[in-house]
Amino acid sequence: MTDATTALIDRQPAAPLGGCCSAARGRPEAPVRQHAAPASDDRGESAPPVPDDAVAADFTAYVGRDDAGRSVLHLLVEGIHCGGCVAKIERALRRSPGVEDARVNLTTRRLVVAWRGPAEQAARHMAAITDLGYRVVPYDPQRARKGEARDETELLRAMAVAGFAAGNIMLLSVSVWAGHFQDMGPATRDLLHWFSAIVAIPAIFYAGRPFFRSALTALRHGRTNMDVPISLGVLLATAMSLHETAVGGPHAYFDSAVTLLFFLLVGRYLDRRARGQARSAAERLLSLRANAVAVLDTNGTVTLLPPEQVRPGMVVLVAAGARIPVDGRVLDGRSDIDTSLITGETLPVAATVGDTVFAGTLNQSGPLRLEVTAVGTDTLLGEIVRLMEATEQRKARYVSLADRVARLYAPVVHLLALATFVGWAWALAAPWQVALLNAVAVLIITCPCALGLAVPVVQVIASGRLMRQGILLKSATALERLAVADTIVFDKTGTLTTGRPELLRDERIDASDLALAASLAAASRHPLARALVRAVPDASVADGVVEVAGHGLSRATPEGEVRLGSRRWCGVAEDAEEGAAAGPEMWLTRPGRPPVRFAFADALRPDAASVVARLKALGFEVELLSGDREAVVSAVAAAVGIDRFRASCTPVEKCDRLAALAAAGRKVLMVGDGLNDAPALAAALVSVSPSSAADVSQTAADAVFQGERLHPVLELLTVSRRVERLVRQNFALAFGYNVLTIPVAVMGLVTPLIAAICMSASSLVVVGNSFRLARRRPA
Amino acid sequence: MTGLLYLIPIAMLLGLLGLGAFLWALRSGQFDDLDGAAYRILFDDDEDVSPGRGERPVR
Repeated sequence: MTDATTALIDRQPAAPLGGCCSAARGRPEAPVRQHAAPASDDRGESAPPVPDDAVAADFTAYVGRDDAGRSVLHLLVEGIHCGGCVAKIERALRRSPGVEDARVNLTTRRLVVAWRGPAEQAARHMAAITDLGYRVVPYDPQRARKGEARDETELLRAMAVAGFAAGNIMLLSVSVWAGHFQDMGPATRDLLHWFSAIVAIPAIFYAGRPFFRSALTALRHGRTNMDVPISLGVLLATAMSLHETAVGGPHAYFDSAVTLLFFLLVGRYLDRRARGQARSAAERLLSLRANAVAVLDTNGTVTLLPPEQVRPGMVVLVAAGARIPVDGRVLDGRSDIDTSLITGETLPVAATVGDTVFAGTLNQSGPLRLEVTAVGTDTLLGEIVRLMEATEQRKARYVSLADRVARLYAPVVHLLALATFVGWAWALAAPWQVALLNAVAVLIITCPCALGLAVPVVQVIASGRLMRQGILLKSATALERLAVADTIVFDKTGTLTTGRPELLRDERIDASDLALAASLAAASRHPLARALVRAVPDASVADGVVEVAGHGLSRATPEGEVRLGSRRWCGVAEDAEEGAAAGPEMWLTRPGRPPVRFAFADALRPDAASVVARLKALGFEVELLSGDREAVVSAVAAAVGIDRFRASCTPVEKCDRLAALAAAGRKVLMVGDGLNDAPALAAALVSVSPSSAADVSQTAADAVFQGERLHPVLELLTVSRRVERLVRQNFALAFGYNVLTIPVAVMGLVTPLIAAICMSASSLVVVGNSFRLARRRPA
Repeated sequence: MTGLLYLIPIAMLLGLLGLGAFLWALRSGQFDDLDGAAYRILFDDDEDVSPGRGERPVR
């Protein structure tokens, strides 16, 4: 990796599952392999890396064939954050025998692999990626290509066509305008008008489709939106200009109509582009579902079944390192279960015979045999997703400021145009052509060109500024809703804390004990063991370490057995070192020496306390809702200075609390990361997740921030308030122009030249005003 | 002024060529990965001389 890439990567966030990015930040994280030079990838470590989530899925079903007869597999890759990740994945794959092409798309986080050979080789190629610490999920490109991505391409095409037409017609129009002051003959003018018409009419019908469609839909539902006056104005202007051209009249508005479409399409495209990055988040929801389940028949044979065909009462096998596909009871085996998806808590829970385990959790250390109790949407995971979807629908009712303006604006404009027509035709007894001409001029001059740009331009600049600080905005109205938030509810684990246990330094622990413990711990992937290894970066790795799932590690030495693990595993009495700080612990015993205790704590984010203090100083109400135990939650609340907290909350209780706050008139911003927070994130008025959060939470959240610090929350709130102010100013400026120009139009004094000048000038002023957000210093 | 009769169509044809080129680029996937392309120039691709032809040929 070049220095340049490393420098780029330095600003990137920790990858949730490893990958190159976490390493490049200089943390002495255990998997040193992940930031070694690419050539030495995965070689310098004695313990082979166990894939975090070796998807025990059958990729074969997703493998397709291309024209050249190669096997092709489309995948979504999780944990890609930078160019370095792209290089690593592509290199690893190309080194895998048979692979001919591998290409990662950083924008959509998709990967296409092509190889010569049977489809069954898929698993081997995928192992090359999962070994790097990335998680892959197959997807169907046919299905994924529908929807938004297609919309964006259509907008881009429409914009290109409108831009081409606008440029050419404007050239012709300028000649016509100049001709008014010199003496251009009517024949030349008509010729130029006809050329304009030839370019404008197809362009308008092609580029105007997004607006026409949306206007039609609105009208069909008996509503009106901004697209109705746009469509009406553009179509009437075109029809009128065509008539003028045909009869050899002096004024044609082709340039106004096309330029208007072009400006509006720019606004629309910017709007969509700004949120393109977050689009794949929803697709990643799929990754939580198992792809194939190993079912054990009564006669002892194992068959792979798709999840839909698994029924309660069946017996399934779950390999170590695989995600548990169903809710079930353990029949045989013992393991550590990583439940962070469900509970948001960091430490794995030991599971033995008779325990209940939940779909979506990760089986870490030993194979399990389960009796299925619930499948599919009946599982706890399915329940949470359903709860989230239900609350999300409620949130969808929020109406953006632009739409509220449009609701008022559209009828007013239509009434004005009608009044102009009626006024000229009856009151002034003008011929109906003149009356119509003036009414159309009113529609053109009021066409919400600047209004169409007022919101998107500010949003694009804001999201660009936020993205540079590692904050991704997912929802169009997120900034508007953030600007009105007055109450902030935090989750604890992974939000106020880093969600990663750290060894508490203790003078009483001998350095040699620590080194010995770390040498054993290096053989395990248990989070506490990893924390130990992080604390002793230069520890050697011991040979012959045996891991007993759910208990700990042991190693036979000439002097006797050395053990590292739980209190019971090391045979330490329950009352030993009573009174020491509560929290996760590990014990080390060796022959002839007293046992040594290592205590761990989930460290706070470095700036958690200062951010909370700052939020309070700004007048926000701050609350803490956690699923964790009372003692731990109150300690964290005290450390960061939050007075109001609730412990042991279930997802439903969190939602209820948010509903109660909303009922009390509070505008709640929820900051959380676990799957257990997902419904609450969807229920809050607006929500933010760290990028280390569970997929579902990132899907539910309106914004996602990266990195170790909590400061992005503060930055988001500050920027959103500035955005709100700028948007209101923009609306005021756009309306100001209209107030000045409408009387001119009603009086029938508007020529195409005046219309073009007004439109461009108001748009430029609005865009210029928006750029003030980019120029000012960060908060 | 008769020059306009053929000069304007020629000018428009040139413009149309540009538009066509852009639409072709859009269709052939040049705009699919705007973020990744910026990093690719930094890769040291000495070991593998893959043409890196983009997603399309594989489909």
